[in-house]
Amino acid sequence: MDNVSTLAAPALDVARIRKDFPLLQQATVYGLPLVYFDNGATTQKPQVVLDTLEQYYTGYNSNVHRGVHHLSQKATDAYEEARKTAAAYINAQYSHEVIFTKGTTDSINLVASSFGRTFLQAGDVVLISAMEHHSNIVPWQMICEEKGAELKVIPINERGELLMDEFSRLLNERVKIVAVTYVSNTMGTVNPVKDIITQAHARNIPVLLDAAQAIQHITIDVQDLQPDFLAFSGHKIYGPTGIGVLYGKEAWLNKMPPYQGGGDMIKTVTFAKTIYNELPYKFEAGTPDVSGAIGLAAALNYLQQVGLEKIQQYEEQLIEYALQALQQVPGIRFIGQAAHRSGAISFLVDDIHPYDLGELLDKQGIAVRTGHHCTEPLMDLFKIPGTVRASLSFYNTFEEVDKLVAAVNRAAAMLR
Amino acid sequence: MTINEKQDELIADFSMMEEWMDKYEYIIQLGKELPLIAEQYKTDDNLIKGCQSRVWLHTELKDGKLFFTGDSDAVITKGLISLMISVLSGHTPKDIAASDIYFIDAIGLRSHLSPTRSNGLLSMLKQMKLYAVAYMAKMES
Repeated sequence: MDNVSTLAAPALDVARIRKDFPLLQQATVYGLPLVYFDNGATTQKPQVVLDTLEQYYTGYNSNVHRGVHHLSQKATDAYEEARKTAAAYINAQYSHEVIFTKGTTDSINLVASSFGRTFLQAGDVVLISAMEHHSNIVPWQMICEEKGAELKVIPINERGELLMDEFSRLLNERVKIVAVTYVSNTMGTVNPVKDIITQAHARNIPVLLDAAQAIQHITIDVQDLQPDFLAFSGHKIYGPTGIGVLYGKEAWLNKMPPYQGGGDMIKTVTFAKTIYNELPYKFEAGTPDVSGAIGLAAALNYLQQVGLEKIQQYEEQLIEYALQALQQVPGIRFIGQAAHRSGAISFLVDDIHPYDLGELLDKQGIAVRTGHHCTEPLMDLFKIPGTVRASLSFYNTFEEVDKLVAAVNRAAAMLR
Repeated sequence: MTINEKQDELIADFSMMEEWMDKYEYIIQLGKELPLIAEQYKTDDNLIKGCQSRVWLHTELKDGKLFFTGDSDAVITKGLISLMISVLSGHTPKDIAASDIYFIDAIGLRSHLSPTRSNGLLSMLKQMKLYAVAYMAKMES
């Protein structure tokens, strides 16, 4: 991570970036300019994404893959181009390794159900971590229950880092898949996923990465990193809601049965037997989210244009600045103090309820999230009801961090 | 003071504060002054569902009138409990059950509180009225 001396020169011209996001220009809350630090929940959309959606609906809205007419062909081309864009963004070998889903949750459910039905048996183990989002816990619990398999958990230390020795110990021939988050949505911990994948692959165990909180902060090259599955959501990477991606290695996806049945996922249907379509359509039953996919591609292209490296550098500067500035708040403690972190900062002040703090930040125009962040087991581990989470994006400014710190100080003074 | 007189008094108090942070200051102060519920009543039975923070509410009938005590792990919530108690506590179950609680909207609390907190406040009101109805039924039988 960069040190303070580099803060004099921000890696991005944020004032210019902010002009690309209409909501950041317009939104006020209680008459105050909005300070949006809830990017872990969802991100704001650049104008180019909104324009793309409008152009689609005003210019060539049509169903894909099945029309003989011109518009349908145009929509199909745009949809498949979006798949190529998403594939290129994560450097997938083939674009048919990108399955469009509703989001990260949908992607993980697809793998849990389809992989689980085929490869899990009684006595097998699914390995997750103690910092998983509910969406990377519950789908596995459901399939484990169905199959009589067992869910095991990689523990973490008090700083919110995975205990890698424990992980190595837990890896054995009973483990059929490892499903871990790349970046913790609650603590911002960046997990050593390369090491996890290397160790798992040494035993021929596939790995699913929940990249919902990583894809917008960290450059991901799946051919370098080698995850077997990778899931992320469009709306957390400046794209529309309702669209997500499941990347899966061709070899695995070909071995897995369809998740849902319906139109588009079939080659031929008779009442006796249905022949499934090939990848990626096998996993995309029904009319897909065409506008969502095209909008997501617009967002990904936008990020490429801004420059992923610059975004990453700037966000590292900003998060380092935020951590140091918040550190000055009397009575603050951080939940999650990993050496390698990204995106989210969770904290509590004295014994003030996070809900109270969050509400008074809101009244000062600052949007954060409070609560358990869909990581209840993690909250139980730390024995806290929840945290206040500020999650940062490259469109946030150093001045906004200062406002956050001032607002936390004011709120804490009232609540103490 | 009747239930409505108390409500009108609160509306007047709040209207004197222009800034929402001042209104919160007042709510928090009420929360800190809230007479605590006796520890033995902080049971799961007395927990109100529908709140992001934990809320306990206890009722007692004295001389035909209902008295409420409560607590929460969040101080703003405690302030809201305190508001509700100041309006409804010490009245007959019949008056409480029949009361029209308009001060929440009039103060602007419903639109300014976060939706979960606002729902919690309504759950609290519903629970208090439910107790009142239950006591009415018991007193009649």
